[in-house]
Amino acid sequence: MQIRDTRGDRAYFIVNYSVLTVFTLMVLYPMIYVISASFSSAKAIADNEVYLWPVGATVDAYRTIMESPNLLIGFANSAVYTIGGALLGTALTVLAGYASSRDDLPFRRVVMFFFLIPTLVSAGIVPTYIVVRQLGLLDTRWAVILPGAMSVFNVIITRTFYKMNVPQEMLEAAKVDGADDFRFFFRIAIPLSKPIIAVNLLFYGITQWNGWFNAFLYTSDPHLMPLQLVLRELLSQSAVNPGMIGGGDVAELLKRRELFDKLKYAMIVVAMIPPLIAYPFVQKHFVKGALIGSLK
Amino acid sequence: MTDTDMTTTTLNVEKPEAPSTEGNQRASRRLGLRMRRSWQLYVLLLPPLIFSIIFLYWPMYGLILAFKNYNITLGITGSPWAGTKYITQFFHSYLFWPVIKNTLVLNIYALLALFPLPIVLALLLNSLRSQRFKKTVQLITYAPYFISTVVLVGMILMLFSPTTGVVNRPITALSGSPVDFLSAEAFRHTYVWSGAWQTLGYSAIIFLAALAGVDPELHEAARVDGASILRRIWHIDLPGILPVTITLLILNMGQLLNSGFEKVLLLQNPNNLSVSQVLDTYSFQIAFQSQIPQYSYATAIGLFKSVISLILILLANWLARRVAKQSLF
Repeated sequence: MQIRDTRGDRAYFIVNYSVLTVFTLMVLYPMIYVISASFSSAKAIADNEVYLWPVGATVDAYRTIMESPNLLIGFANSAVYTIGGALLGTALTVLAGYASSRDDLPFRRVVMFFFLIPTLVSAGIVPTYIVVRQLGLLDTRWAVILPGAMSVFNVIITRTFYKMNVPQEMLEAAKVDGADDFRFFFRIAIPLSKPIIAVNLLFYGITQWNGWFNAFLYTSDPHLMPLQLVLRELLSQSAVNPGMIGGGDVAELLKRRELFDKLKYAMIVVAMIPPLIAYPFVQKHFVKGALIGSLK
Repeated sequence: MTDTDMTTTTLNVEKPEAPSTEGNQRASRRLGLRMRRSWQLYVLLLPPLIFSIIFLYWPMYGLILAFKNYNITLGITGSPWAGTKYITQFFHSYLFWPVIKNTLVLNIYALLALFPLPIVLALLLNSLRSQRFKKTVQLITYAPYFISTVVLVGMILMLFSPTTGVVNRPITALSGSPVDFLSAEAFRHTYVWSGAWQTLGYSAIIFLAALAGVDPELHEAARVDGASILRRIWHIDLPGILPVTITLLILNMGQLLNSGFEKVLLLQNPNNLSVSQVLDTYSFQIAFQSQIPQYSYATAIGLFKSVISLILILLANWLARRVAKQSLF
């Protein structure tokens, strides 16, 4: 039986669609504006002509980035940290997640508590810094990747995945065939967990790509700076510092402040786009992630 | 079935604790056997365990620096004891109360503003009939969550700039003078509402998941009885997600001292320091941005925060268990 909407219900839906449309546009606008500004002419930005779409479209801000050695180093460093952090974090997480998912592991509750306690008692920045220094990792790439390489929340998600998708019967059957735990893990559990491995790679990759604080705290060498830290330095300057960009011609180009503003917009876009491309692929694991994340 | 498999199966059955000593001995022998049999699993666990010990537990041990005079050459263990000197120093610091107040005000403001809105968003999304519109709204509003803090702050600095920002153009046109969104008066609003922009969509997910568990037949029946959609949301949807809401609210209250450290640090400037100096940034500043780094004093502030946070989390968890019958541990 089809029930017709009352006038009140129709009014509700009109309000609902309007509110959601306005909210979505508000979320979208800053991202569109930044992209448009980065493609607009310097003059259009200086004269406040850009509101939504690019005015006097050019790509010279991006050309400046491509021609600036320091900005390119930032990009390359971010790529290294992203790939390294994703591989290391995923490896640690899958190992911890699989082993702790096994019902026949003696002391599995102790092991889980061992992983969970640091989420309740945070040591804070200073003791972590001192440990990194005592390990002799200051001013190395390891200092950017290692602290915070493994997230306990990802371990829990991965553990749940194994509990649900690698049943006990499968393990018992494999044991009958003579497989030991190593063999079962590498030959059966790992191939079965490709989806959760992909999610871990993306999560850790996004985290590393977005990170700036480890590099800021533990390194002082400009050659180790990731893109986000380069962007932060760039944003904190109101005038052009040619040394920051590098290269004589580029410094000449940047004499005008407007182009510098444009360069900031372009750098924001470069730093923003990769996670936005990656995140729809992890979307279906959001519910679990959000659940555990908000329960931390 | 082979001999070993028989033992594995029997071992998987949890036996009640044996009262006699003989039974205990047998139990401990069995445990030893099980551990020996699982040695490969412990080998797999080794890398994550070593990682946790070095990068999570060793720094935790480093918290004792709060009671020591840290000396770089002597290290954490070798540095001489200082008693509660640094803890007392923090309690008597003229910045103690301002920093506590800033931390609490910023977090309570964020909680009051950012807790109810995702619920509203989830209710609106849940009642939509067009799945395509719903999917589009979700895809777009989740996106900012994955943008880095530096990019978010960059957008704030550029778009809300008093001189060149696009937001200040209409404001200047209407009121004659631009607004400095990073001034001491505006800092908290900028911090909280930029957080809303970034996290509202994502925070709605958990409530959407809870709403998906509400029985659709309740809605059908209420509709037949002539209940309007607002009444159905009020009497069916809201009670349906109440347990999740209460649990989340209580658990969020356990996080009252954890402000978004990186974002506050990036938004901080000399003008807004009077409202933007929170526990985390104060500790950071003392350790890394003062002329003589005072690691022990900074650790004492961090320890203070860790202890209060732990108490808050345990309290929140206890409350969640009592009120909502849900808990983490």
